[in-house]
Amino acid sequence: MPYRDEQLTEEKVFKDPVHRYIHVRDRVIWDLVGTAEFQRLRRVKQLGTTNLTFHGAEHSRFNHSLGVYEIVRRILENFRDQPEWDPSERLVCLCAALLHDLGHGPFSHSFEKVFDLDHEEFTRAIILGDTEVNAVLRRVDEGFPQDVADVINKTYANKLVVSLISSQIDADRMDYLQRDAYFTGVSYGYFDMERILRVMRPLEDQLVIKESGMHAVEDYIMSRYQMYWQVYFHPVTRSAEVILTKILHRAMHLYHSEKYQFSLKPLHFESFFNKEISVEDYLKLDENIVYYYFQIWQEEEDEILANLCRRFVNRDLFKYIEFDPGNRYRELIELKEAFAEAGIDPTYYLEVDSSSDLPYDFYRPGEEEERLPIHLLFPNGELKELSRLSDIVEAISGKKRTDHKLYFPKDLIEQLPEESQAKKRILEILRG
Amino acid sequence: MLEDHAKLLAFFEQAKEVVGRKRLQKMIYILKKNGIDFSERYSFHFYGPYSEELSTRIEELSNLGFIQENKEKEKGYHQYRYQLTDEGVSFLDQTKPKLPNISALVEEMNANSSRFLELVSTMLYFDNFSKSEVEEKVLTVKSKQNFTEDEFREAWTFIERIKQPH
Repeated sequence: MPYRDEQLTEEKVFKDPVHRYIHVRDRVIWDLVGTAEFQRLRRVKQLGTTNLTFHGAEHSRFNHSLGVYEIVRRILENFRDQPEWDPSERLVCLCAALLHDLGHGPFSHSFEKVFDLDHEEFTRAIILGDTEVNAVLRRVDEGFPQDVADVINKTYANKLVVSLISSQIDADRMDYLQRDAYFTGVSYGYFDMERILRVMRPLEDQLVIKESGMHAVEDYIMSRYQMYWQVYFHPVTRSAEVILTKILHRAMHLYHSEKYQFSLKPLHFESFFNKEISVEDYLKLDENIVYYYFQIWQEEEDEILANLCRRFVNRDLFKYIEFDPGNRYRELIELKEAFAEAGIDPTYYLEVDSSSDLPYDFYRPGEEEERLPIHLLFPNGELKELSRLSDIVEAISGKKRTDHKLYFPKDLIEQLPEESQAKKRILEILRG
Repeated sequence: MLEDHAKLLAFFEQAKEVVGRKRLQKMIYILKKNGIDFSERYSFHFYGPYSEELSTRIEELSNLGFIQENKEKEKGYHQYRYQLTDEGVSFLDQTKPKLPNISALVEEMNANSSRFLELVSTMLYFDNFSKSEVEEKVLTVKSKQNFTEDEFREAWTFIERIKQPH
């Protein structure tokens, strides 16, 4: 039997708190799970710094990747008898679902921002490079790694396959919403996935939802909306993220300033600081390593780096206020000046964080072909975009969805001498 | 702080006006591929390179009152028109982001159809391939658009021309 079709003699199951069981029959999937690159995902948290706000959020990209695989596996079970579904695409779908986040690094959003990286590029590089994952995929077929990379990259010829992993109602989102809700312990985030899977249909090059399933999809969109504001954009989590990016900036600055000698040299970060990152270097860095450096750097001679690391490790985060840059950008310039005058470096201790800095999105109804919307399928074969029929979705889609907060170290400001003019000015501005 | 927002405003200052969200997406992508330092990350979507970050940032700039977004009805469908506001100009004066003079290129892109910009941006997305592979890729991922040989030729000429340093 060709490797592509090889089945395990006994089905393997992973116990999972969200989907109860994750079922594996394909030898290829089982072998992929066992690779070093996939196992590394156990050491990368799904929600980065969110565990500093919701202490349960310790789940990893490994959990989530298995979850996405399981959802796709169930969808494909349902599609088996659908004439529009090509069953020969099954294995590429399952592999892409399992591997779609392979290129995520530790705290990947912050790392991407500071070092101008793209986890999707690393996913591609790991799948196509000299790795254990690549060796498994090549056993299927020489061109198979490229097929899997194309699905994840969304450039695969069969767009229906791409839609399963990446669209506005895909297995990725359906897993992370439920999983993040479960592990954070919030009550939003739940929706009737079983119902959605039952009413999902393959139609030409997209996934559509039978019109009778509209309310289940509404629930999913609401859950996406609420998770955004309650979990993903939580201001305390964002504060931790701000500090994390400042640490990386400071460490990079010190590394490039020839005078400074680290007590613990940033060996694992060097290729990041030099912006010449090989896949090998990238795979070596996980959250355990990052925490190790931050732990030691708390005692660095550089007071800014040490202070930021102490804050991150001990959860002594920046405070924040609501801040509308539209009305108050002039004050922001004054604030920076006052910070500098007071000896608090604004580059590292003052930040405006905006909703566009987040890697999560809302439902978009696909105006001007920006994104493919969710289409409802009517018995007569007609397709209609979701927000045109659902008042709830329409209301959310048209709502103002942006937010800005100003982050600062309240303790450092309070420690300034009472007679300091800069302190008075800073407090005046922060109090609005 | 807000440097990425400021850089987009500097783009609008040079563009004067951009009509269409799709056009805007593709213009920023083409500029990025041409070495202009915009931070918005793109990935491939159903309709070509698309940046969710850019969409949200434009929404923010509009909510902040730095750009004006007008929804207009054109031949049975809606499209959006973007222009810098006085408040946006004032913000720019304060922040002074660094953006090279790209007005000629922006003007040229503005004069082209969004279909053409979609073709160019998709070709640039595959710029690590050979010319014939790029065309093959584009025809595969955008089979419904039926891009013609003439359109490809015109797009290659455009891509060659914009490679000139700013």
